[in-house]
Amino acid sequence: MAQSLTHGETALPADWRDLFALTKPRVMSLVVFTALCGLLAAPVSVHPVLAFSSILAIALGAGASGALNQWYEAGLDAKMKRTANRPLPAGRLDPQTALQFGVGLAAFSLFLMLFASNWQATLLLAVSILFYVFVYTMWLKPRTPQNIVIGGAAGAFPPLIGWVAATGSIAPLPVMLFLLIFLWTPPHFWALALFMRSDYAAAGIPMMPVVAGEKSTRRQILFYALIMAAAAIAPWPLGYTGALYGWTAAILSALFVVLSVQVGTRTTGEGDLMQPEKRLFAYSIAYLFILFGAIVADHWWPL
Amino acid sequence: MTDEPNQEPFDEAEYRRRQRSRANLMAWMLGALAILFFFITIAKMQIFS
Repeated sequence: MAQSLTHGETALPADWRDLFALTKPRVMSLVVFTALCGLLAAPVSVHPVLAFSSILAIALGAGASGALNQWYEAGLDAKMKRTANRPLPAGRLDPQTALQFGVGLAAFSLFLMLFASNWQATLLLAVSILFYVFVYTMWLKPRTPQNIVIGGAAGAFPPLIGWVAATGSIAPLPVMLFLLIFLWTPPHFWALALFMRSDYAAAGIPMMPVVAGEKSTRRQILFYALIMAAAAIAPWPLGYTGALYGWTAAILSALFVVLSVQVGTRTTGEGDLMQPEKRLFAYSIAYLFILFGAIVADHWWPL
Repeated sequence: MTDEPNQEPFDEAEYRRRQRSRANLMAWMLGALAILFFFITIAKMQIFS
């Protein structure tokens, strides 16, 4: 367990920057962006204040999930170079403060969503927070190499919640966006896991490269990239989006598959710099940003 | 020799600085929330009127 910054009987109050870091701001940026795209792609107009408040609620919900994840994984984070400097393992924050902050933020995010939007979006937000904390963080992640596959559902909720916040109901397009992020998550995280393999092994997390080996992970990256590409392009032929999104999805997904083929078909030796894996990981982030931007552009300025 | 843990001296200045910084942030956030809730209420009144 992390050591807190205590001086005898008196604990130093947590620095707000450490509380902010607990919310995983970089992950939150992707959540906010995909939620905003889901909301803007909906076929109704939303009052700007209510739209802003709904997105804020989703961002706070994601921040709460990140905080509770870091609270639960403080011990594991201390064993990995990438995460050892987080506020809890580094001892800058008291675990009790992190837990209270996470639970309080989650409750507030649900209250704000209910006040600004509707109960359907609030219910989805609650399910996504509970799924991330209990199903992914506590149950799947330490137990199975399929953790990323099923846990990816938690990260796939934001565009669905954004859409439901705007319309009050679920439609095929946001479900397809959910599916897109769900299928995008395995190649994205396994590319990271390939070049961070020793870190995950040191922490005892059963990530795919640690348990099934590199060869199997590379094959599965390629497999998921192919079905993800099909899911990304599908809204176009099915008539839910126009050509602007369709062509963007086709071109970007083809490049995703090319990069995945490079990762999926290679073997590495001692001292390999893992450049193709790092390239795929970086590209996968840009891919999702551009594709969701294209969904909105296609809705507002169709070709 | 005793086995007392090696404790850092209590830095009251740092304690007060963090307390002040958090109190200021909390005040700003509460103010921002009051404004946000006001505008949400106005927006809902416009929609339902």
